[in-house]
Amino acid sequence: MKNCLIVDDSRVIRKVARQIFEAIGFVCEEAEDGKVALDKSTALMPGIVLLDWNMPVMNGLDYLRALRAMPGGDKPIVIFCTTENDLTHIQEAMAAGANEYIMKPFDADIIRGKLEQLGLMGS
Amino acid sequence: MKPEDFELFSTLVRQRSGLILTPEKTYLLESRLLPVARKHNLKTLEDMANMLRAKREEILMFDITEAMTTNESFFFRDNKPFVLFQKNLLPRLLTARAGKKHIRIWSAAASSGQEAYSLAMICAEETAKLQGWKIEIIGTDLSREMVTRAKSGIYSQFEVQRGLPVTHLVKYFQQVAGDKWQIKEPLRQMVQFREGNLLTDMGASGTFDVVFCRNVLIYFDLPTKGRVLGAIHTMMPSDGYLLMGGAETVLGVSDKFKVIRGEQGLYVPHASIYESAAAPLAAGIAVSAAAAR
Repeated sequence: MKNCLIVDDSRVIRKVARQIFEAIGFVCEEAEDGKVALDKSTALMPGIVLLDWNMPVMNGLDYLRALRAMPGGDKPIVIFCTTENDLTHIQEAMAAGANEYIMKPFDADIIRGKLEQLGLMGS
Repeated sequence: MKPEDFELFSTLVRQRSGLILTPEKTYLLESRLLPVARKHNLKTLEDMANMLRAKREEILMFDITEAMTTNESFFFRDNKPFVLFQKNLLPRLLTARAGKKHIRIWSAAASSGQEAYSLAMICAEETAKLQGWKIEIIGTDLSREMVTRAKSGIYSQFEVQRGLPVTHLVKYFQQVAGDKWQIKEPLRQMVQFREGNLLTDMGASGTFDVVFCRNVLIYFDLPTKGRVLGAIHTMMPSDGYLLMGGAETVLGVSDKFKVIRGEQGLYVPHASIYESAAAPLAAGIAVSAAAAR
């Protein structure tokens, strides 16, 4: 099953992202910070994670590192989706195990394009 | 539409996406934004403009930008033609052109240059196989403004994310002025951009082994399509390759090219002896398979 975990402290961004992923055929879960995301990932390992960077309680990078250290945590495709838009952040995210990186603002075409490149759009 | 409303929408779209909407695109803007207005329970675009002025609501701004930028130029647009080029056409050309070690590629109606640069990135990825080869990638567009933009290789943050893997962004772009990204010099040197009109003589440009002419002919009437395909045919060796958009075909338009079964969007001159990698099928089976797709 294609299940997607959307991690962002903005309810609006989660709603927009959810619409896009559901239209493609993903089943979505939401988390408002990295800690909640980690709890949800422990309960059910997501197939794909759309991950904000700056959030209260636990930020996206710390979540990603914790996820990758979990049993089976190497499996999910993790796409950062953040206002951090410089090369240093991108490289730090990729080094921590992110598969893709989206700089906000984004749109459905950007997400679909990334998923297509990752081979997740079907044919 | 009132000029101040057009200005409001076009500024919003430009700020968020980099897409420039000139006043002659008013019709496009109206036709694409009316469904957005309806979705937001607004009767007219004027109502939507007023709503936007009163309250800069994120979801409304998102929907407007989305509606205007759909199907605009992407890096690796549709992906499949680029996979086809890298995995199939380029290896064939490496064999066919082993003597002169020279391949010429044309991106027709290159717009802001994403297609041409995508092809350059593929060639850069295959650099080990292309040692000693001369690869020419030429993009032409009717619009001087587009040619200037394409040459600059500067794209908005929005544009560099459309279809482009982040690994390619890191490898082939440098960040300039905050949220703009520019193609790095070595890649820019692989591509030339020129003004050129598909409808007038392109003959002075020489011959091309591969022509990307995607989602261009859809804007022309039938006789014009035929003329353009005829012109491309004269500029192509018999073992060249033509790529068109998924919704386009040569069938019923020109007899200069034939369809390659199983490779969507790929056409070759009639004289070509292209042999598909797939096992040949009886014609009847091929037709029903095509219909099933």
